[in-house]
Order: sequence, then C-alpha cells, then structure tokens
Amino acid sequence: MYQTTYHRPSSLAEVEKLLSDDAALLAGGMTLLPTMKQRLASPSDLIDIGRLKELQGISEEGGKVAIGAGTKHFETATSDLVKRRIPALAKLAGMIGDPHVRHMGTMGGSVANADPAADYPSAVLALNATVVTNRGSHQGEDFFQGMFTTALQPGEIITRFLYPVPQRAAYQKFRNPASRYAMVGVFVADFGGGNVRVAVTGAAPSVFRQKEMEAKLKANFSPDAVAGVKQSADGLNSDIHGSAEYRAHLVTVMAKRAVAEILGVQA
Amino acid sequence: MASVKMTVNGREASAEVEDRTLLVTFLRENLRLTGTHVGCDTTQCGACVVHMDGRSVKSCTVLAAQASGSNITTIEGLANGDVLHPMQEAFRDNHGLQCGFCTPGMIMAAVDLVRRIPHPDEKTIRENLEGNLCRCTGYQNIVKSIAAGAEAMGGQARAAE
Repeated sequence: MYQTTYHRPSSLAEVEKLLSDDAALLAGGMTLLPTMKQRLASPSDLIDIGRLKELQGISEEGGKVAIGAGTKHFETATSDLVKRRIPALAKLAGMIGDPHVRHMGTMGGSVANADPAADYPSAVLALNATVVTNRGSHQGEDFFQGMFTTALQPGEIITRFLYPVPQRAAYQKFRNPASRYAMVGVFVADFGGGNVRVAVTGAAPSVFRQKEMEAKLKANFSPDAVAGVKQSADGLNSDIHGSAEYRAHLVTVMAKRAVAEILGVQA
Repeated sequence: MASVKMTVNGREASAEVEDRTLLVTFLRENLRLTGTHVGCDTTQCGACVVHMDGRSVKSCTVLAAQASGSNITTIEGLANGDVLHPMQEAFRDNHGLQCGFCTPGMIMAAVDLVRRIPHPDEKTIRENLEGNLCRCTGYQNIVKSIAAGAEAMGGQARAAE
C-alpha cells in the first residue's frame, strides 16, 4: 500500500471540506483497502466516515425503510425492522462476503462502488430506492451508469437510502464459491397492481432490469412464466469464472428460483 | 504519522504509526502479539481475525488508525491466566487443528459466532466459517470443536469484552 494520510472527521460538513480529487472516502474499507494493497488505488488522503453518526441508523419513514449509508451489512441483515418490512433485503445483506466482512462493510460503500458483482445494487434498482446524498437525491433507476460508474458527482456523498416496501420480494444468487460475489444475482420485487421489477447483478458490467421477465410476471406470477425467457448473452461478462452464455443461462435460473422462493414452491 | 490508541486485551496501547499501518501489523510488530496471523493478506483466509468492539473483523483489512479508540481482543486475550477459554479447550480436545496456522482466526471466529448464535447447528457453523480457510482442510474437526466449544460456553450470548 502506498503512503496515505488518514483523517477521521466528526461531521459531514468536515468531510466535505477534506474531500479533494485525490482523496477517497473510507467507509468499511472492505473493497478500498484490498484495492490499495494491490496498488490499484493510491488516494493521497483517506477520509474515514465509518463512525459518522449522521450516516447510521435504520428507521421507518413515510412507509419506506430508511437505512443510513454507513450501516454495516450485519446491521441490515439482523435488523428487526428490515426483516419485517423487506425480508429479501435483510437476507441479501446476510449473503454478502463472510461474517467478518459483514461486520465492516457498509451499504453506502457497496452502492457507491457499483461493483458489477455486488449484491446491493440489485435491491436498489429492483426496489427503485432513493439514494439520498449531501447534495440531493437520485432514484435507483437512474443511479447505476456502468461498470463502477454511478450518477454521483465529485464531492457527492451518499448519506442514506429510502427503500419502498414491496408486497413481496426475493433475492437469489449463484455465488462465486471463492469470493461469494454474485456470478449472477436476481432480485424480484412485486409491488402489486402489476408493478413487478426484476433486477440482475453480476451478469453484466452494470446491474440492469430484465423487462421481458417483468412483463411475463405481470401476466402470470410463477416460475414457469420466467422459465421461457432467454437472456441474451450479448454484452454480458465473460471471465475465468464463467462465459457470457453461462451467465445468461443463470439469469433465467436465478429468476425462477427467486419467484419460486416468493411463492414458497419448488423452482 | 497517526497517533493510535486502543485497548488490547484489557490493556491500553498507544503508538505513532504510519497512516497506512494495518491493524494486524500494529498488533504483531508494535505489541508483539504474534498469535494473530497473516495468511493471505487479501481479506480471504481469516487467519487474522480479531474482535473489534466485540465483533469479529479481519485485522489485515482494517487500518490501525481506523481501530483507534476501539476495544480489541486477540487470541492472546481469550484465556483467563492459565485457564484456556472453553473454545480453545474444545479445539484441543477435538483435535481441531493440524498445522495450527488458521487456528487463532478459527477460534476468534467461533467465539464471535457463539455470541451471535448461542446454539449453532452444523450447517450454521459451516456457513459461518466462510471467511476462514484451513489449508490442511481439517474442517471436520474444526466444526466438531466449535460445536463442543459452543456447548461448553453454555450458550453465552454477547458479553462485554
């Protein structure tokens, strides 16, 4: 790791003053620190926001579930409120990495990083969560713009998330057995009244909605409805872990499993 | 340079360290607590697991500066004098180690697990070992040890460290 200067500001206002083009925000550090060790990142300054009170807390707000950006995966996974209101989100958080990583990693860090294989982006997109920042807010729908690319502007910091509560939802992922990252993860959310949203992570450079599956599920909410939808392999990720065709196939399989989980039936 | 100050195994520890110093480096090189191991140095193997404010973390992926102000427990802090912690005793009784390199991390992970889930079944134990690798592949006895250790801990829920 290259030399860097560590800061631990005590307020968001102080964080804003410290930010510069060469500085990086350190939330849990579960991605940033390994990246720095590999010398793939070399921020001049690390601004530790992991303990900022302004970024903590889970509450219910106007019928939505509000989660602070600094909330650890462990907190989200075990929160009574999240488990009661959006159990699929709590379950997703409990499937990230391993217990020790979940004790450090944060929702804001994961979403801001927008790793193509991260889990949270699928929930943010499928639930169309509001991503609240120090400068305003973004809709989940417009937030992810490509590989490691989001709508965040320089100096913009995620402060919390507002998740609309679906009637029912599930997340299924096929994990890379070594890293536990999603080879493919599919989040299916049904808001009722034909508003069904399907978000796919891990398969492409960025999380995306599978609109053909959404249309099929709107007509017939069953595993069979998505079983016939063939995801195109065009533009999907292809690497040592799996080809684009393999991932394309997994999209249908994971979607089927998610719908089956929601209905409590076998996929 | 960063001024770090933390409580390690009940004792105050402070030092001036480079900002980039990892918590595991601080523990091993400044405090000479070499029970915490560096296996992979890439957040995967779990040989470096310690407890930070009562929760298991991978100390190769936490900066010493980040941990400043925290309460840290390492494998050296588990035993009560000459009396081993029940989880340590369980690993000894059940031959829960072969070469022993991963053992400190396994035991710290196991104690954390039992505090979160007092009576883990075998599946839960295996799932919770996802962040700890044993290159001797001695998982069978590690799982057995943790089950026995959990019993011996009497379903101790999270306690202050």
